[in-house]
Amino acid sequence: MKTSPWALVFSAWLMAAMSTLGALFLGEVMGFAPCVLCWYQRIFMFPLVFVLAVGLFPFDPRVTRYALPLAIGGWLIAAWHVLLTAGIIPESATPCAQGVPCGLVQVEWFGFVTIPLLSLAGFTVINALLLLTHKSTK
Amino acid sequence: MKQKQLFIGVAVLLVAVFAAGAFLFKSRQAEQAAQTAARNSEALVRFHSPTTGNADAPVHIVEFLDPACETCRDFYPMVKDLMAAHPGKIKLTVRYAPFHRGSDQVVAMLEAARKQGKFWPALEGLLDAQPYWVKNHTAQPEVAWKVIDSLGLGLDMQRANTDMQSPETVRVIQQDLADAQTLNVTKTPEYFVNGKPLPSFGYDQLKKLVDDALANAKGK
Repeated sequence: MKTSPWALVFSAWLMAAMSTLGALFLGEVMGFAPCVLCWYQRIFMFPLVFVLAVGLFPFDPRVTRYALPLAIGGWLIAAWHVLLTAGIIPESATPCAQGVPCGLVQVEWFGFVTIPLLSLAGFTVINALLLLTHKSTK
Repeated sequence: MKQKQLFIGVAVLLVAVFAAGAFLFKSRQAEQAAQTAARNSEALVRFHSPTTGNADAPVHIVEFLDPACETCRDFYPMVKDLMAAHPGKIKLTVRYAPFHRGSDQVVAMLEAARKQGKFWPALEGLLDAQPYWVKNHTAQPEVAWKVIDSLGLGLDMQRANTDMQSPETVRVIQQDLADAQTLNVTKTPEYFVNGKPLPSFGYDQLKKLVDDALANAKGK
């Protein structure tokens, strides 16, 4: 069975919407101040909710052209952030000087799930779905 | 159209889950704060804490205050008005929570002014002139010092300078910061009315707590 391109983009939108609300919940409700890298990831994630929604009605497969740059940019920053919190990139290489240090792990669920890891997972799923859409509509 | 219904349904569901989660989280947090305050009542007021108002007042507001905090500046007159509206019924205790950079030195000045009986006028003068000595959320103690000097309180500034650096002053500030941590005070101003924290931040919530406490006191 082949999943319809609409369902793929819809799933990507769902992922982006959940990530956005999740980020807002962590920041606004639970009170974790976002660090600089978190802000850049938010900048790439939040518009996806709107761009993908517009691409769904009426369905426009070319939405991937506009959404993928955001999704890829966000993925790169999330990957950088994960490496940073894991200690693979040294602290001195961080671009964060003010406020919350990006190397600081504020949340660790089940011993390994950090906020940057969730972000990376979210961007990975969105990228995969958008690439699938791109392929199936070519 | 099925797709549209699915989309709208999911969007509404997501927002509803978010709102419900936020509500649950906040109410659980408020409950925990109340429990923390009840468990650590000895951390709420210390012998050294400056207090104003009728000593036998039935309603006791404890405020964790940072002289460099804008919201503290906004709320101070409101609390004063509350006290004026119920004369003899409310007393106010100030605890220090100098979270802004440089603010601990300004608190030391307040402590020094207190030793000369000028704590409240010094505090009010500093809050009034706050825009002059707080820049970019950083306190500038040199400017604050000049502000206090210009208030015309008749302070012995040389003595104040010595008192600022006394180990006693340092101890008071450290104790207040330690108590703030114990009571989970991370933002200023934070109010406790007869030992109860605000359920959520806001003037209306503060007024309600005070009104409840006043009604409670009357019932007895």
